[in-house]
Amino acid sequence: MSLEPQELDDLTSKIGRKPTSTELQIVAAEWSEHCSYKSSKKHLKMLPMKGPLVISEKGYDSGVLDVGDGYVITAHIESHNHPSAVEPYGGAATGVGGVIRDILSAGTRPIAIFDGLRFGDIEKDLQARWLFKNAVTGIADYGNCLGIPTIGGEVEFDECYSNYALVDVAAIGFGKKKNLIKNHAKKGDLVVLLGGSTGRDGIGGSQFASDSLESENRSAVQIPDPFIEKLIIEAILEARNQNLIHAMKDLGGGGLSCAVSETADALSIGIEMDVNKVHTRESDMNPDEIMVSESQERMLIVTNNDKLKKLDKICKKFRITCSVIGHVTSNNMMHVKKGKKTCANLPTDVVANATLLDRPSKKPAYLKNIEKEKKLKPILDYSKMMMKFISSPNIASKIWVYGQYDHEVGIRTVVKPGMDSSVLRLDNGKFLAAKIDGNPKHCYINPREGAIGCFEEACRNVVCTGAKPIGMLDHLQFGNPENPEIFWTFLESLKGLTDFAKYFEIPCVGGKVSLYNETPSGPIKPTPIIGILGLIDKTPLYSQKITTGNCLVIIGDTKNEMGGSEYFEYIHKFVGGKCPVVNFQESKTNMNIVLDLIRKDLLKTVHDCSKGGLAVAVSEICMTHQIGCNVSLEKVPGPKLDVDRILFSESHSRYLLVLEKKNTKKLEELLKKSKASYKMIGEFGGENIRFNKENKHVIDLRVDKAQKTWFNSLRELVVHG
Amino acid sequence: MKIGVIVFPGSNCDRDMYHVLTDVFKLDAEYFWHEKGLPKNIDAVILPGGFSYGDRLRSGAIAAHSPIIKDVKKMAEKGIPILGVCNGFQILVEAGLLPGALLKNTSLNFMCKWTSLIVENNKTPFTNKLKLHQKIPIPIANGEGRYYVDDETLKKLKKKNQIVFRYSEVVNGSSDRIAGVCNEDGNVVGMMPHPERAAESEINPIDNKPSSLIFESLLTTIGVKN
Repeated sequence: MSLEPQELDDLTSKIGRKPTSTELQIVAAEWSEHCSYKSSKKHLKMLPMKGPLVISEKGYDSGVLDVGDGYVITAHIESHNHPSAVEPYGGAATGVGGVIRDILSAGTRPIAIFDGLRFGDIEKDLQARWLFKNAVTGIADYGNCLGIPTIGGEVEFDECYSNYALVDVAAIGFGKKKNLIKNHAKKGDLVVLLGGSTGRDGIGGSQFASDSLESENRSAVQIPDPFIEKLIIEAILEARNQNLIHAMKDLGGGGLSCAVSETADALSIGIEMDVNKVHTRESDMNPDEIMVSESQERMLIVTNNDKLKKLDKICKKFRITCSVIGHVTSNNMMHVKKGKKTCANLPTDVVANATLLDRPSKKPAYLKNIEKEKKLKPILDYSKMMMKFISSPNIASKIWVYGQYDHEVGIRTVVKPGMDSSVLRLDNGKFLAAKIDGNPKHCYINPREGAIGCFEEACRNVVCTGAKPIGMLDHLQFGNPENPEIFWTFLESLKGLTDFAKYFEIPCVGGKVSLYNETPSGPIKPTPIIGILGLIDKTPLYSQKITTGNCLVIIGDTKNEMGGSEYFEYIHKFVGGKCPVVNFQESKTNMNIVLDLIRKDLLKTVHDCSKGGLAVAVSEICMTHQIGCNVSLEKVPGPKLDVDRILFSESHSRYLLVLEKKNTKKLEELLKKSKASYKMIGEFGGENIRFNKENKHVIDLRVDKAQKTWFNSLRELVVHG
Repeated sequence: MKIGVIVFPGSNCDRDMYHVLTDVFKLDAEYFWHEKGLPKNIDAVILPGGFSYGDRLRSGAIAAHSPIIKDVKKMAEKGIPILGVCNGFQILVEAGLLPGALLKNTSLNFMCKWTSLIVENNKTPFTNKLKLHQKIPIPIANGEGRYYVDDETLKKLKKKNQIVFRYSEVVNGSSDRIAGVCNEDGNVVGMMPHPERAAESEINPIDNKPSSLIFESLLTTIGVKN
């Protein structure tokens, strides 16, 4: 928990004297990778962040988008990887808590939570199973208690996360534009700390998260208390309604050090505070501990003397503590005292702005031969293989996970989890679809194309509900950035995301970088996670019951892009080959025509084709709707391919449409005009899922049997193992 | 005509319930913070779901000692319709207004899923527009939703027609698949599933009519003409 030697020199020269011990603690927290983004900040600027709907204000921890009629949505994404790898329940729960407070800071009510979870191979690895089970419970217990629905996410297992965990949490807020907190402060305003008491939990958490996980440091993990968080949410929204908040920031990584210095720096003010005024859990905490504790459920608020009485009254109602810990000054200094004694007195811009680094990058050696394929063992019985495939942890239904999350509370969830993306109704009659996606297997093989693929997949998922993507959140998770090869993969992913975002004019409204994700056996695979927010003006596509005779149409070509596919990795245990590449123009054509067909009310349901390929996507439709389907593999558009490639290629930009026969003529007219590649490939009916070639059943599964396996296998594995 | 929606620290379905009462069924509803008293002109009281006091000690145990519960008890005696949903049901049980106890689900997990109820008593203020044995598609969302009574109490419940709803399937291990009960007079009803999450077609993928009849029953009971 200290600064690098050159950073210490840098600090000493900037302040012109030797720093005190409290100053060292404050700066070490704020200059940690976690808080300062010192490795990534220079490069993140390449992402487009502006757009017609984007509202930017100083000091916001979340992105804000105007959804019309005087309403806004806010969104943010965070991870809690290191803590969750050590203590999955508390780590995951406090991850939820942190991102919720970011949403609250803007003055909006949190209305949805998303979680992206990644662990080692839970089929073999008992520790991975333990991490998974407890992280899910941690998220459930926290989100459920808050009454904020967890409506979507993803779960993935890969050996690269052995003895480790990625826990990503995103949240969405909603509110009136006029109620947004416009952060401002003037000399003499009061600085108030509201919420839970400051204790010794989470001391040095941000530095802990900015280093490779070598020893289990449980004291760096924060303790969750969702009940206090719920009270804080209600108290703050009441205070917001009474216009009592001038500026607000949540206490997250780096605790008071970061909240105070960043607030002061963003608003160009100084703050003088007294650690004796901070309400603490233990009586003998020293100033250094108080300044860097990452105890949860705390908010920093700037208000004035007149408003304080009303704020006090609200806090009394909810029985939460609120302490005036300092006041605003005009000297741009962060002045920390203990009674009369000065512990730290630093220029806020020095504290809040670490010297940014320009790290070297180099293409990793492993990529040289990665695209070469090896000869695979032929599959003798695809039906048997398919049953194994749909019961595999990555393909199996995640109902065991989302069934533990209250996804209905708030009564906005009009499209429920388990579909391509959930959809929430908003107060202005519009609808919001949102989804997060990642694909480290693709990203490992090609960090640029893999990242673009995640972006496109998340877009596809919201498009399937009829929503137009309006904003993106990115969470870039990589190993140790001091390794030039890892840093190269970070840059490649970022460049790919930037190109896609610019082409589709989807602004990045928020994001996070998490580095030093290293396991005992090496770095994790590059794991960018993309969250997409989509807006529906009129009505979302409510999936309708599929009946006998309904048609199956595919849009988009199936290509020979098997690298990083579940089929290669899970069935053949082979890591390599060419990963799917998004053709931007095709992607746009396909996205637009699908949205058009939904708007014209021609479709019963739409499903995207992704993990596990066409075979899994069609089966998912059949298992969800409990109906069979006959698919002709020779009709699938794209280059001529072997049957396993048609079935399991994970090529992007593909959508499966289900419609009534009577609508096919109209559909074909529109598709022809759009220039999208498409074909009618199947018909629904019967009790079997069949993929046929030359009148032979390549795959033949009973829907009921497949459905039971698909729904139950993850629970069976976790509960009965 | 006024319906009181009681808010405890940690209630989180209060706003949903209020929305359904006011925006969907056009009733006059008002929130009452748990430390306040209930005015005399209240015609019905609803205890919404949530995690009062973060489920500390036992779900509903602390909220059952809130100052407002005294007034709720008085109103229960007077025969005023009182409905507890989910955590509200747990609170009514802890307050002794309803028999039984709510235990951890047999899955030991929080469960959020759609299921269906069967109406077993359509004489209460909240079920009088439903048909006996009518099915209600409805979601549950709870960790401690397994209703438990001993055999003797169960016999008594049956005899006095206090079982209001049963699950149509085995959901969480509840005694006799009980999902909702009432007091002997029938004016106090508690249920684990969430009718406020099922009363609008937009959020109910199956059929919102039966759940909306729960609210329409209340409308009829308290004399609001619709």
